[in-house]
Amino acid sequence: MSLEAIRLDGVEKSFGAVRALAGVDLVVSAGECLGLVGHNGAGKSTLMHVLTGTLSPDKGNLAVGGVSVSGEWSAAASQRAGIRCVFQELSLCPNLSVAENARIMHKPLSGFGWKKRASDLIRSKLDEIFPGHGIDPDDEIADLAIGKRQMAEIARAFTVMSDPLRLVILDEPTSSLDAVTAEQLLTYIGKETAKGTAVILISHLLGEILSASDRIVVMKDGKSVAERPASGFDRTSLVAAMGSEGHGAHAILASTQPSLATSPILVKAHPDGSSKGQELIVRKGEVIGLAGLAGHGQTRTLLQIFSHDHATVEAPKSFIAGDRQSDGVFNLWSIARNVTIRSLKSFTRFGLIDPVAEASMAEEWKSRMAIRTPDMDNNILTLSGGNQQKALFARALASDATVILMDDPMRGVDIGTKLEVYDMIRTEAANGRSFVWYTTEFDELAYCDRVYVFRNGKISDEINAGSISEERILQASFAESAA
Amino acid sequence: MNAVIKRLGDQPWIWSFLAATAVWLMTIAFTGGQGAGEILTSALSFGTFTIIVGLGQMMVITTGPGNVDLSIPATMTLSGVIAMKVMDTDSANMLLGIVAALSASLVVGVANYILIRLLRIPPIIATLSSSFLVLSTAISYGRGIRIKPPVPLADFATVRYAGVPVVAVAVLGLSILLALVLKRTIYGRTVLAIGQNERAAWLAGLKVKSVRFATYLLSALFAGICGILQSGFSGGAALNMGDDFLLASIAVVVIGGTSVAGGKANVPGIWGAALFMYLLVTMLNIFGASPGVRLILTGVMIISVITLAGGEKTSR
Amino acid sequence: MINRRHLRAALPFLSLAIVLAATFYVQPRTMSYFGLNLMLQYAIPIALATIAQMFIITVNDLDLSIGPFVGLVGCISATLLLNDPVLGVLALIACIMAYGLVGALIHIRNLPSIVVTLGLSFVWLGIAVLILPSPGGKAPVWLKAIMSFQMPWVPLPIIAAILIGGIVHVALMTSSLGVIGRGAGGNPKALQRAGWSMLKTKVAMFTIAGFFGVLAGLSLLGLTTSADAHVADRYTLYSIAGVILGGGEFIGGRVSPMGAVVGALTLALAGAFLIFLKISPDWQIGAQGAILIIVLAMRALITSGEARR
Repeated sequence: MSLEAIRLDGVEKSFGAVRALAGVDLVVSAGECLGLVGHNGAGKSTLMHVLTGTLSPDKGNLAVGGVSVSGEWSAAASQRAGIRCVFQELSLCPNLSVAENARIMHKPLSGFGWKKRASDLIRSKLDEIFPGHGIDPDDEIADLAIGKRQMAEIARAFTVMSDPLRLVILDEPTSSLDAVTAEQLLTYIGKETAKGTAVILISHLLGEILSASDRIVVMKDGKSVAERPASGFDRTSLVAAMGSEGHGAHAILASTQPSLATSPILVKAHPDGSSKGQELIVRKGEVIGLAGLAGHGQTRTLLQIFSHDHATVEAPKSFIAGDRQSDGVFNLWSIARNVTIRSLKSFTRFGLIDPVAEASMAEEWKSRMAIRTPDMDNNILTLSGGNQQKALFARALASDATVILMDDPMRGVDIGTKLEVYDMIRTEAANGRSFVWYTTEFDELAYCDRVYVFRNGKISDEINAGSISEERILQASFAESAA
Repeated sequence: MNAVIKRLGDQPWIWSFLAATAVWLMTIAFTGGQGAGEILTSALSFGTFTIIVGLGQMMVITTGPGNVDLSIPATMTLSGVIAMKVMDTDSANMLLGIVAALSASLVVGVANYILIRLLRIPPIIATLSSSFLVLSTAISYGRGIRIKPPVPLADFATVRYAGVPVVAVAVLGLSILLALVLKRTIYGRTVLAIGQNERAAWLAGLKVKSVRFATYLLSALFAGICGILQSGFSGGAALNMGDDFLLASIAVVVIGGTSVAGGKANVPGIWGAALFMYLLVTMLNIFGASPGVRLILTGVMIISVITLAGGEKTSR
Repeated sequence: MINRRHLRAALPFLSLAIVLAATFYVQPRTMSYFGLNLMLQYAIPIALATIAQMFIITVNDLDLSIGPFVGLVGCISATLLLNDPVLGVLALIACIMAYGLVGALIHIRNLPSIVVTLGLSFVWLGIAVLILPSPGGKAPVWLKAIMSFQMPWVPLPIIAAILIGGIVHVALMTSSLGVIGRGAGGNPKALQRAGWSMLKTKVAMFTIAGFFGVLAGLSLLGLTTSADAHVADRYTLYSIAGVILGGGEFIGGRVSPMGAVVGALTLALAGAFLIFLKISPDWQIGAQGAILIIVLAMRALITSGEARR
């Protein structure tokens, strides 16, 4: 096998007026893990789609394994050339089993006895990457929790049959994994690259990128702007290279306000469904964090509060989705309509919506949230992912809600957008709004006044701002709750 | 000028109106210009009834993929039968007959919603099953002599001023009202939101269940209105009066540019599509086409129109 | 949860058993070879049409034209096939290919199948009416012979139903190609990303549906012995109801071949059951709606007990 897994020379791709790739030069060597970082809109997604054959470049050359690819490049060709990708939106068929999904990836898994071969293939790979995974190849994908689904998809990407495995692209692979399985994956990447496979790791978790990559490439505005061995970067220089202000991880501490202990209680919830377990309390002006391993009841609690299920809520509330495609965005509508939808009552007179008032609300929030768009009447999908998330924030903040429920809304969002939003959250809290914030990133808990750690659907610890530390969170995530 | 043309071209309903015009032109070319006005008037006259049920169907379809009201013909028939029986050719009973018929229609709407919501039956099957029951009710209640409509009702349904049927003007008013509701009321916005993403609509604080309920009521109500007017038009309620309206109600919605996936409604398109369909049938009749040819061409036209328009453009 | 899943899968069979039991109770004479044969004889064409619909539903589409298509096949077979077998066979093959073409059109232009098949239903009906403006024609002798074949012990319709359901089950649910067909319904994008052609898959599924539609038309003609363009108009709704009763879902590629066949049988039986109950003809159509509702209500009850994820 050639020493180069893939090589891109001057690759360009435009969608109408938008220049997604403005001349990318990139080489990934065999056996190397390349970390790829950049804002949303930097071009990483487009680049990956070009590599996997679902998009063809307007200009430039692509060579796989030292052999130039010209003309006949497609998803099938990319598969045959040994390029696999685990996208952020999972590529599994929910109505099929894990083994059947493996069959879809490998054409040779056909004929008599294909099912056993498929099961063996996927089970052994799962065992190899995620020991103790608890997944049965006959499990239907729809029955698996999101974390297990991601594990199945990742494992499938690394399975080898007739086509050689040259390059595996992982796009935010740990977004639904908990700390233990994420660590297992990063360890496995090291093992796989030692075998000669190349890996491209795209992640917003800078810690992951720094620890797992051999080399790091920073993309910005459709080009690669910085490239160094991983040891040549640290968090600060990485963020600086991406072009936005870096704040230290724990720079902003939460409560700079006078004690909130006397604020009125707005929300009382019982996450475990009974009236006996630990209560979750939210006071006016507080930013409450929900921590713990992913999928341990945090989102369920948010939805419980939203629907007043085993919860008393004394204030209007609003919900900010983390999975914006399924829970947040109205694809056919403009950005403006997406923003104003929660606040229609406020500018309705005699039953009719006032278009002038609606437009002015949209404009106001465009500037308050710094949504990057030439026109709020453009379709919402013209916005990059981070800006779409900002629009969802605007929707909640523009409303009359004084309790804002957030379901890990900063997942997969670029660091620049995140920092803008964090500022907004603290400002709004200072003005009396309350936030219930489920986040899977430890750094974000630094902005909270109080944190509830979840374990197995129940609250296992309640931590005040001054005592928040990674060790304490981890301990509460794994250990029994403190007496 | 180019901007105006482009803006017009982007509107989905323009195609149905263009097609309707094309068919009308072909027809009068064939007849040498004779009866051009009468053809239009009669298309308006007949098409109006399809438009009424089309509007209701459009609202249901817009609430999201898989939502369709197959009970419209049955509700129409039930409403017509009840109206005629209660009115009993007496104009003094007209109001009572209308109230009775529309109340029955609303009951059907409620029943549909209960099936869909409580029993979690997919709307296609739910409205299908209820249509069987409703039709049976109509048939058994309506068996017997065909009762004529009271004169004022028959007049309202058939009278024309300067070639324009009065009932068409009324339906135009109804359409404008509905378009306003869609664009400028919270109910309308909610319908469009639910059709795009029901979960997001719920999480955005919209009253998903009530709006869904109201929409099925609306569809049933419109079907009831159509039943009453159609009975007035045809001189009575026939037990098979709803037969053609099932496919027609769906066809005008789709050909008119409303998205079958939900979330996007198009009121003018319903008019264009209804006119197109009736002008097409008229044209084929005038050309002397045999019933088989008429059926084939109707089908080919529907397929051609939807093929030319294409499906929804998938996001990137 | 596994118990509930099994209960859900068993529901179509349970419904069939209940309707069967109810029919035997009301009219004990049906509990015989002859009785069962008579009640279920139309089950074969209905089951075949239901399977055709099932293949379309598997890829997230809906076929509103299957009824008229079955009628058309009957008209072609009672005239062309009878008088000129070679031309007749060619015509039927053309029909099957037409279905495949429709699938291609729907995929290439991303069209809503409800609308396209709506228009198609007019086309099929029009062609059938052109061939046979009024009922007539004659079923080929061999067709009649097959459909009136007396199997020993168990009536033909039951054996045929089990065979049809079994073969399709093996083909769709256990074969490696069936995985592709179902995957196309579960996540078309994922299928394409893995390098499979959605176009070929859709065309294949539609063509198979067309094939079963032709079988349905032939078997129906074998039973009615003369053709009528409108004879199978009801089959569209029966086939959709059959797939759903059998546990299938409109979106997501979740279908059950055995369930679909059983659903079709249940509907066929229900018709006969109502006649025995001496329900006024006015109410027969309403009663069928009631049966659909009851069965689906039961399914909802079972499903609501399943743990929500």
